[in-house]
Amino acid sequence: MLRPRVIPCLLIRSGGLVKTIKFSDPKYLGDPLNAVRIFNEKYVDELIVIDIDATVKQSEPNYPLIRAIASECCMPLCYCGGITTVDQIERIIGLGVEKIGLSSILTHNPRIIEQAAASVGSQSILAVIDVKKVPPFGFYQVFTHNATRNSRLDPLRLARLVESLGAGEILLNSIDRDGTMKGYDTDILQAIRDVVSLPITILGGAGTLDHIKSLFDRFGLVGAAAGSIFVFKGNYRAVLLQYPSPSEKESLYSIM
Amino acid sequence: MIGVVDYGLGNVLAIINIYKRLEVPVCLVKSVSDFRLITHFIIPGVGSFDHALMRLNRSGMRLELSNAINSGLPVLGICVGMQLMANSSEEGTLSGLGWIPGSVKRFDNNNSSSHFISVPHLGWNDIVAIDHPLFHGIDNARFYFLHSYYFSPQYDHHVLAKTTNGISFAAAVGSHNCYGVQFHPEKSHQYGIQLLRNFSLLR
Repeated sequence: MLRPRVIPCLLIRSGGLVKTIKFSDPKYLGDPLNAVRIFNEKYVDELIVIDIDATVKQSEPNYPLIRAIASECCMPLCYCGGITTVDQIERIIGLGVEKIGLSSILTHNPRIIEQAAASVGSQSILAVIDVKKVPPFGFYQVFTHNATRNSRLDPLRLARLVESLGAGEILLNSIDRDGTMKGYDTDILQAIRDVVSLPITILGGAGTLDHIKSLFDRFGLVGAAAGSIFVFKGNYRAVLLQYPSPSEKESLYSIM
Repeated sequence: MIGVVDYGLGNVLAIINIYKRLEVPVCLVKSVSDFRLITHFIIPGVGSFDHALMRLNRSGMRLELSNAINSGLPVLGICVGMQLMANSSEEGTLSGLGWIPGSVKRFDNNNSSSHFISVPHLGWNDIVAIDHPLFHGIDNARFYFLHSYYFSPQYDHHVLAKTTNGISFAAAVGSHNCYGVQFHPEKSHQYGIQLLRNFSLLR
């Protein structure tokens, strides 16, 4: 049986591991390599690493760090952050990363997906869609640059576009839910799922394992990514890296 | 010494690191001049069939790899590295290496009555393996898969392990000293580490 995936998502800023709330207030957590080692020992299904500085600072990806992270991972690794060219994608795949997440570039040059898929294959191209409800009507729109720029794109339209261009997976990230631990935004997930057949991973809002379980109950094969729940413990948000044990994880998809 | 064929595709570093941790001698193989001490070859791979073949052709190692196989050295292809061993693929127009007779087909999610087909086949799945040294010591095996095409061997006896994604298909194939796994052992935690250890012990 193919299982839904439970995926810690680590944010990198200035070479350090951080966690944000609604894409703001990054709290420093520690050394990213150390975190990767710990998650490796916990047999996580996959790992997503997002460099939240790269696009904003328009800097090149931090290749030495990506290489070091990739060589620690005995599980699939996805890297996101600041990717603008196929050369960068090829180089990072060559460092031992399975999947590359594309985000802000999709809003002005979505065809990079076609070129990248021709080179490294669709399965390695992840389209990251950061969504936020915009007042006064609460329409979902696609944001970039750490949620500071509204592209005014409709996430459903972007999802259909990235599928038609050959993306292998969609990472749907709710800006409103980021770090809130109040549960996933299943409305937008349902809406996206209704218009594409690509595998989807959702990020933003998981606060308990029950949130993940109810996600799997409703959506079946879907990736459940989360930050806070895997890096914080207790009301005071003490830093503790944790991940469900194999038996806890089995109970998350017990009804499948 | 294990030789990980580096033709610019696939996760060579992850494989190297696992063997280093296992204290099994390993090195990268970038050209024919690196072949001398190699007893086992691993051909990793991600990406599209034709692209991978062109890279392998351009590396200048294709012929020598065939010679190595003919001389009896164990070879393990991973993911696209496995698919290259077929005669052909629906993903491309180039001829495969033809080391294990068969063709590579696409998962058909339009024409399947099953709701349990996922394209790409992405995630951790169980496998059922025959009694083969490659799978010794691996209980409740589950491995990480990421692919949209699968290897369909011409002969059933070349299937070493199966899994399901809408249909049942080969998770691992083998013919003489030539082996292929569709999943990523280098990304499958303890299960994959054991499989890579087992491969290094094949004679």
